[in-house]
Amino acid sequence: MAQQREAAIVGIHEYPSRYAPDVSAIQIKATSIKAALDDAGLQWSDIDALYDAQDGEGGGGLGLSAYLGIKPTVIDTTQVGGSSYEFQAAHAMRDIAAGKANVAILSYGSKSATLRTPIGTGGATRSGSWSANMEAPYGSTLIANYAMVAHRHMHEYGTTSEQLAEISVATRYHAMRNPDAVQAMTDLQFVGVNEITVQDVMDSRVIADPLHLLECCMVSDGGGAIIIASKEVARNTKTKPVWLIGSGEATKYRENAGDITVSAGAQGAPIAFAEAGVNPDEIDSAMIYDSFSITVAVCLEDLGFCKKGEVGDYISGGRMKFDQHGGPALNTDGGGLSSNHPGMRGMFLLLESARQLRGESTSQVDGAKLAVAHGNGGLLGGDHTGGTIVLAAD
Amino acid sequence: MTKRPMPQFFEPDTQDFWDATKDEQLTYQQCNLCDEIVFTPRARCTSCGSDDLARKISKGEGTVYTYSVIRQNRNPAFADLGAYALAYIDLDEGFRMLSNVVGVENPLDDVRVGQRVRVIFEKQEEGEYLIPLFIPI
Repeated sequence: MAQQREAAIVGIHEYPSRYAPDVSAIQIKATSIKAALDDAGLQWSDIDALYDAQDGEGGGGLGLSAYLGIKPTVIDTTQVGGSSYEFQAAHAMRDIAAGKANVAILSYGSKSATLRTPIGTGGATRSGSWSANMEAPYGSTLIANYAMVAHRHMHEYGTTSEQLAEISVATRYHAMRNPDAVQAMTDLQFVGVNEITVQDVMDSRVIADPLHLLECCMVSDGGGAIIIASKEVARNTKTKPVWLIGSGEATKYRENAGDITVSAGAQGAPIAFAEAGVNPDEIDSAMIYDSFSITVAVCLEDLGFCKKGEVGDYISGGRMKFDQHGGPALNTDGGGLSSNHPGMRGMFLLLESARQLRGESTSQVDGAKLAVAHGNGGLLGGDHTGGTIVLAAD
Repeated sequence: MTKRPMPQFFEPDTQDFWDATKDEQLTYQQCNLCDEIVFTPRARCTSCGSDDLARKISKGEGTVYTYSVIRQNRNPAFADLGAYALAYIDLDEGFRMLSNVVGVENPLDDVRVGQRVRVIFEKQEEGEYLIPLFIPI
């Protein structure tokens, strides 16, 4: 299939604060949408397509339209967890290619830090659905679900905690070059806002065996917005367009005899790369959902950067740092581990991919031409979605 | 561990499973048309879509597929437990279930992938349902 360049990211904004007690989630969304439109040089009235993950109290496909005072004619409320924004970007690509939309907005706002939402360790308290009734009695936590993937990966492939720690080390290396990430870690009272070593990760306390504190993402406030436009609109925007050239969507869930070390990305990512007409080894920067170290490890394999089971060796020796060769630069904004994770990080994967391909990252890969954003939403060791977007510089 | 969150009803997919725990039975489903093993319980076969599912009683023996020892849970029911082991158990009949591995001195040392386990049923302070847990064989 010949590569299509029908839709592009033309405006971006990441809400800078990760601790924002004095604003609401929907205010974060609206502020970010205006800033992203300004970035593109587009007007409020130009919006004709709304994508919303039904986040931000009072929002949603209807509520956000009403709040903003816009009348979009494409309304998509895909909500599949943290990867919702990769799915929405995929849908925006299709809607724009089909001529149904010209200027699409995706937005996110969350108050997880202010509300002290115990995302990782709150445990399953809800029951009453077919799946929750089988899990609530066992004290499962979100982190433990991911930790079970890590244990199985270690058992089958000999992967070690020291190897997984390389992911935390690389993302912190990038975070320390990003002033917003440094401020985030400061505001959220990280112990030691500095570069870290594998030993630092190993010395941090275990939350759910075998995952250590420094292998877990932060819980922040925050949000952002993305403007995706048709190629006709993109010709006249202020910014260099970042083309969306491939998308893949998939689900994965707990199955009898299923392989927990394989994520939804194994099904969806090849579809995205095939549509884009590129191979993983051509990718300059990889924004991969780092809820936990193991999420990145599994997804690197499933996206085809290395074979299943070989990620431990692949990530060793700092290969994922932006100034190293032999692999894509990983989560160059600092990731969910060290920059921004209010709950649905998929937004930031696209934002940092766009920054890389515009040459604006604080950990810029020289001459970056191709990027991939891969979101994993839900529970890696349970039911989850994988959304893959391949992006290209103008 | 006696204040576990309990299943809530009306919930027709899992009602039979939990009713069977009162008789210390661990049950699963199998499709009468295509023989697919179905778990967790639900209304239709995950292979062919049939609603002709037979309920079967498991022998309750299986293998730890993977696990994690949880050190921190802010849910009050589990907050004061100390370390405890969450695990996926592959039952010999071919279904996988989430549970806890209990009855060990120290879960950090005494639970492992591949370990053989069998079901026990834990009575709760309140409520009629028993909770299926697993202990090493």
